[in-house]
Parts: sequence; C-alpha cells; structure tokens
Amino acid sequence: MRARYRIRKDEECISCFKCAKECSFGAIGVVDGRLVFHHDKCVDCQRCVSSCPTGAVFISEDMNRFRANSVFKEDDIREIGLQASTGGVLLSSMGARDGQVPVYFDKLLLNASQVTNPSIDPLREPMETAVFLGQRPERVERGVDGRLVDNLPPHLELSTPVMFSAMSYGAISLNVHKALALAAQELGTYWNTGEGGLHESLYPYVRNTIVQVASGRFGVHETYLNSAAAIEIKIGQGAKPGIGGHLTGKKIVGDVSRTRMVPEGMDAISPAPHHDIYSIEDLAQLVMSLKEVTGYRKPVIVKVAAVHNIAPIASGIARSGADMISIDGYRGGTGAAPKRIRDNVGIPIELAIAVVDQRLREERIRDRVGIIASGSIRSSADVVKAIALGADAVSIGTAALCALGCHICASCHTGRCAWGLATQDPELTKRLDPDEGARRLVNLVNAWTKEIKEMMGGMGINSIEALRGNRRALRGVDLNVKELEILGIGYAGE
Amino acid sequence: MRKEIVDGEVRLSGCLGERYIGCGMKKGVLHVEGTPGNALACYLDGGEVFVDGNTQDAVADTMNAGLLAVRGSAGDALAYGMRGGRVYILGDVGYRAGVHMKAYEDERSVLVVGGRTGSFLGEYLAGGLIIVLGLGCEGGDITGYFCGNGMYAGTIYLRTGKAPVNLSDKLILRHVDEAEKAAVLRPVVEDFASTFSLDAKLCLSGDFIAIEADKSKTYSQLYAAV
Repeated sequence: MRARYRIRKDEECISCFKCAKECSFGAIGVVDGRLVFHHDKCVDCQRCVSSCPTGAVFISEDMNRFRANSVFKEDDIREIGLQASTGGVLLSSMGARDGQVPVYFDKLLLNASQVTNPSIDPLREPMETAVFLGQRPERVERGVDGRLVDNLPPHLELSTPVMFSAMSYGAISLNVHKALALAAQELGTYWNTGEGGLHESLYPYVRNTIVQVASGRFGVHETYLNSAAAIEIKIGQGAKPGIGGHLTGKKIVGDVSRTRMVPEGMDAISPAPHHDIYSIEDLAQLVMSLKEVTGYRKPVIVKVAAVHNIAPIASGIARSGADMISIDGYRGGTGAAPKRIRDNVGIPIELAIAVVDQRLREERIRDRVGIIASGSIRSSADVVKAIALGADAVSIGTAALCALGCHICASCHTGRCAWGLATQDPELTKRLDPDEGARRLVNLVNAWTKEIKEMMGGMGINSIEALRGNRRALRGVDLNVKELEILGIGYAGE
Repeated sequence: MRKEIVDGEVRLSGCLGERYIGCGMKKGVLHVEGTPGNALACYLDGGEVFVDGNTQDAVADTMNAGLLAVRGSAGDALAYGMRGGRVYILGDVGYRAGVHMKAYEDERSVLVVGGRTGSFLGEYLAGGLIIVLGLGCEGGDITGYFCGNGMYAGTIYLRTGKAPVNLSDKLILRHVDEAEKAAVLRPVVEDFASTFSLDAKLCLSGDFIAIEADKSKTYSQLYAAV
C-alpha cells in the first residue's frame, strides 16, 4: 500500500542505527552500513524519534495527498482499496478519533468562587478526594441496645477518584499488568485484569485488583474470583459495543495461554453476548452467583458500553444487585476492534453519565450503585467534569498507556508495539520496566489528584462527595439547547 | 429443604427451586433430592454433585472440575464456559447447552446428554467433548437448530446417522469409525452408563457422527488490518 508517513534523517545523524534497532515494524533497516527506510511500514509510533540520541529522525505525513474531496476523504479511498484487495473486515485499535463526534468535555467549563463564597486553598486546608464505591444502605439501623448496626455492603475505597481500566493480559504485556498493579497499590486505587485472567505472580495485589468475568470466561475459576477486591462482569466495551472479542492465536503464547487457560496458538473468542444473560433477571443471577462463590465479601461491577438506551439499561443493572456500574463511552480504547464498529457505534461518555445519573436519581436508586465512567478521560479536568456530571469515579486506560510510553499509533492489533506495551514479543515487552512504569503511573495520578484538589478548591468544594452530580459547577459553550438539556447544565453566562 | 450429613456426604432433600446450590464447591459429595433452582453447581471446582430430579437453568456455569450427574433433565444454558470436569445429564437438556466449553492442558470439559438437546448446542465450542446419545429418540432429530455454530475447537458426537438440521458450512461432519468409538467414546460413555446404571453397550450401539470446526475457515481470516 502507498506510504502514509515519510521517515527522514538530517545531517545530525551519527549512524548509530539505534532507530533501526528500535523500530519493530520493519520500517527502518540497515543495509551495507546505511540506513534504509521502508516508508510504507511506518505507523508513526514515534519510537525512533524518541530514541534518536541526536534528534536526527523525523516522521511526517507523506506529502503526496490524494486529490481533495469533501465527501470521499483519503481514508475512505485507502480503506476501499484495502477491502477491495483483501475482502476483510477493517481492524484497528485504540479509540475512535475521527473527529466528527464532539468531545463534550471540551465544551464544558468549570465554575470558581468569587467574592460571595470563598475558594479553598488545598495546600492549606484539608481536601477530601477519597471515594467509596458501592451500595449505600437505605437506612440507619440500630440494635436493641441502641448501637449502630453495620449494614454497609462491601465497598471499594479509592484514595482518589481515578482507577485503571480493564486491559487484558494478551492484549497488553505482563510488564504492563505489573506496572498497573504496583501503581494501584501505591496509590490506593484499583487496576483491572480485563478478561484474560490474572497471572499468578500478581495474586499478592489482591487488595487493589479487580478481576473481570466476560463472555469467554477466560481464566475464571474460584481462586481467580477470590484473588480480587471486586469482580467485574463485562457486558460491553465502548470501542466495540455489541460485539465480542477475538484474541488471535499468535498472541496466545506461554504465560498468556496459561493465564487464559486456553491452548497455545489457538484463537480466544469472546462471544458477543453472554449466552447465559438474555435479561436483567439473568444478569441478576450471574451477579448473585458471583457473590455466592465469594461469600458476599466482594462487590460486583457490571461494565457496559454507552449506547442509546443506556439510562434504562443502567436502571436495570442497579436493580440487579450489582454494586457498581462501569460505563465505557464511544471514544474508549481497545487492543483490536473492527474500525466501523469503533467509529460508529455507541454514544459519548459525557452524555451517558448525565442521563444515567439523572435517571437513577429520578427513580431514587442512585445510592444503590456507584458509577464509574471511562472512555477517553485525558486529564484531571475531564475527571472533574465527569464527576460533576454524575460519576463517582473514572477509570483510565489510554491515558495510563500514554504514561508508559504509548503514542496512540493505533497499531495494538498488530502485536508489534514498539513501546513494549501491546505485544507479547519478549524482545519488545522488556522495553517496559514495571517499576519505572509504576513510578510514572503514580506520578501521573498524583499530579491529577493535586489538580483535582485545585479545581475543587477553586469552586469552594472540599470533598469529592460534594462535587458528584453537582452540575451547577458546569456551564456549556458551543452546545445546542438539546445538548444542554441532556447534559443537565446551563449555557455559559446563564 | 433439609440438610443432613450421612457417612461424610451431604444430602439435601425437599429442594424446590433454591438457587446456587453447590456453587464453587471444591471437594466432597453432595446429593440433591427434589428440584434445585438455577445456577446449580456454578464454578464447581471439584467433588461430586448428584441430583435425583430435574435441574433448571445455568447449571454448571463456568465449571472448572468435578462431576455433576443429573438423573433427570436440565434447563437452558447448561455448562456455559465450562473448562474441566464432567457433566452427565440422563434426560434431555434445553437451549444453549455447552456454549463455549473449553479444554486446557489436562483439563477437558465433558458433557454427556442421555436424551436430546434444544437448539444452539455447543455454540462457540472452544474445546472439550459433547456427546448426545438420544436414548429413546432413535430415528428422530436429537439436536435442535444451529448445532455447533461458531465452534472453533473441540468435538460434538451425536449418536445418530442423521446430520443436524441447518448445520453451518463452517463445520465438518464425519461418521465415526469403530476405532474412534472405542478410543474416544467408549471410556466416557461407559463412565456415564455406570453412573446411571445403564447398559453401556446399548448407549454405544448404532451410528455416531462427529462435528468439528473447519480449520480452513478461521476467525483471523475475517480481518484486514488498517
């Protein structure tokens, strides 16, 4: 296929060939002591640029543009060509980023105190960022002796409202899982195994681990379920709502095979639906069977993709006995998904949080569940906005990977990740040192937490609890009346 | 429901729809009398569960090891995502039995049905063995529609000479010869027959067909990487 990117070097090049060594896509080679560029293989992952000691490598868009057409864009024509030559379903990875769907976070503005109510300086005054996720008891109970009865169902306690999204071992490397587990432990938050099982070496992180049960049931057994602080039933994912997963046999090697408990080299298919869940009643049964097998000691999360009827779906989940709902929005990432599904199915997370919070409040069941929002949370500002719209906490996947080096080249599905994240090639996975990765994740989340405190303080709010669903803290710009109504916010200036 | 312990084995009698019985059990022997409710023996991880009656839906969900023997029929979504152990049902089973059963290393999930099954038997089968004997249904259809759709490993054996209705073109159907019958089916069917005091010879009599995935039509061929 025609090259999309051009690789160049300038006179600063000292011919150390580091770029060729680092390129895992075969785009840079060395022939007869000279660098050779195979532009068509470049995915613009920036690994060569980042590793060049003299800053002599440059990646740019190929200058040869297709003839401009406002309807058939270059990607359309390229993809038609690819499908005409292969007959295949287009496969891509990471989140939707075509730009035709607004990022509502960018159209929301936060409030701040001026004159009539004092702002709070988090450097001087206490600022509570801890979040308790789970069902809240509907009433205070007292025993015959008048003492309080502890009727609190099992909870997750987060020191900050940011956790790590589900990413499976197989899609990402064990070193990434290790980095996430270490960071979650240090931060007092949670990481999520995804549906590929939990490697035995990570069992000690039980207090900070969420294990996932998906339709493929990979690596799910009694010990796995009891090696976690909470269990997540994965119904759907923002990047590919309504369809299943397919981990290619090429990635089922060694420990991935042992952890997923599927034979090496065999494809691992997650069926599109759970074939034992065709109704809310069926879901309730799976929720309760997971609670049974873990002695009612662990909260159960139900993860769904944000889709058109998300509000009634969430209402059903809240009534199923689940302790938390995790909602993954349209822009959520993935290790591999059909491109058409990724780019065309689902709704943005901002709208989903707003309608779900509103609906559960109207039905007076908001306290029955915690709401975890995900799907392109990029910064602490997105976290604050998500919580003000009605979420209890957020989870980050893509942002966490970026902290570990990812430059979002969207080539996870190739298994050749040059940053050593979305690959099982031992030569590549060793590029990530789990301890160094954990340190970077801890830095990121700590920095966000400081910023969250600053923003809350500016609004005169000293606890995350008081921010949750506080839509008075938000105003919109560049939004129409319907969008404002769905988000439940006023226009800037109102 | 009454629970007693006799000779170290647990006996539940008078069951009437109680859910999650034997959930996550790791060892021991459990006898269930009456009609247990949904999700019986889910996550079963060892030991033996004997049911003297019919069972309902979602039985043996995500079972990992052990034995479940039902001297009656089972409802829908039996043995979903099962990875190891044996499920023996003397009577009939409902829709979606054995969906996404698996095998891994020494673990091989085995489901044997004495009677007939509903539609969607063994969909997405990823490993393991499903045997449907169709006892008393000779000459008739012993599975429903969409048998084995989407399966990509494992084998479904049917004691019939007749192909299931609307069998997918991504599956391969073959007749089972005596050597395969003796090597693969006999040990399992004899164990099944002895569990329910049946005549193993009768259970193994007649034609068997096997259904497997057509390896030349794999999922990976679906895609073109952008």
